Amino acid sequence: MSRRLQVVWEPGSDLLIGVCHCGAESRAADPVEIWHWLLSHPDHPSPRTEHEH
Amino acid sequence: MPFVRNQWYVAAHSEEVGDELLARTICGEPIVFYRTSAGEPVALADRCVHRRYPLSASRREGDRIVCGYHGFTYDPDGTCVAVPGQKRIPRTARVPVYPVVEQDTLVWVWIGDADKADPTRIPRAPWLGSPDYVTVRGMEPLAARYELLVDNLLDLSHETYLHAGYIGTPEVAETPITTEVDEDAGIVYVSRRMKDAECPPFYAKSTGITGRIDRWQDIEYHPPCLYLLHSRIAPTGVEPGPDGDDPAACHAEIVYAITPETETTTHDFWMVSRDFALDDEEVSKFLAESNRTVILQDVAALNLLEEVIAGEPEGYQELSINIDTGGLAARRMLKKMLEASS
Repeated sequence: MSRRLQVVWEPGSDLLIGVCHCGAESRAADPVEIWHWLLSHPDHPSPRTEHEH
Repeated sequence: MPFVRNQWYVAAHSEEVGDELLARTICGEPIVFYRTSAGEPVALADRCVHRRYPLSASRREGDRIVCGYHGFTYDPDGTCVAVPGQKRIPRTARVPVYPVVEQDTLVWVWIGDADKADPTRIPRAPWLGSPDYVTVRGMEPLAARYELLVDNLLDLSHETYLHAGYIGTPEVAETPITTEVDEDAGIVYVSRRMKDAECPPFYAKSTGITGRIDRWQDIEYHPPCLYLLHSRIAPTGVEPGPDGDDPAACHAEIVYAITPETETTTHDFWMVSRDFALDDEEVSKFLAESNRTVILQDVAALNLLEEVIAGEPEGYQELSINIDTGGLAARRMLKKMLEASS
């Protein structure tokens, strides 16, 4: 199975949801941050909490 | 950024390569293209081994090229078969030959180590040669680095601002995108699905759909060279059938080949294939003119941007927002390919 990374723009918000091929998910407020998180596989940083955005 | 080597690049539309000698620089390498009497495309280094005279400025003798300066004569495989005034041909008298493949009405050339050239790695664009589609096409020279065209095409929200009145409507910039990267296949996908959107003149006049539309823009970028935009236009609310059957919609396959000429200039090959109004010459003419106009708008903007970038110190700070998700993925993939090729 190919390794696919997905970034979805959360409907009705400005947030991006990153989905790694390993199934892990995270949210971020900008694409640089979400790619950084995705490309850290398998050592994904802990998702930030909402108030940090 | 230097060139990504060991890759296939589109060098020409098939129709451009014929009996005449065609000069084209690809990734900084001057190449001469022509077609043999058997119909095979040939790509040779465009410099005579003797005094570097361009072979493209020379003449053909059958399938051979005779240098226009001193008559060094080359076979299609680059071997020199005649030199003036003497019988002995130096062993080093040979010009490099480039692996070349003609596929989907495009002539692809391999830039890099010839023994690594694998034609099965060339991405496909089957609409271009399909009898079920009609294609209009062209090529515009871009005085800007190819990365700027990649950025431009991966983020179509610019259509709203740069191409208003042609393909841009407010919904393009307003509609969120989904981005996907296939790490193994090396493909970036960006999808924008607009519902109940305004139909831009580009599609209203060509499809005849004048009301509100559902408009899909599904990008598939095969770095470094091939960019496919699967564009679906349908009256709003009309969905494809469960088996993918979609007769009520119009489909336009927009294809770009992004081929670096030099580090700061690019060959911007474009094609628009459609599955509607197949016999309508007026639609072909309209789409060709409109698409060229749109591309020239991009060319003017990117040429300006190149001037700005060239005049600034490296490492300037950019700001990326959600619309740049696909562009950033493409940049990362190109960087990875560059590291692997150098």
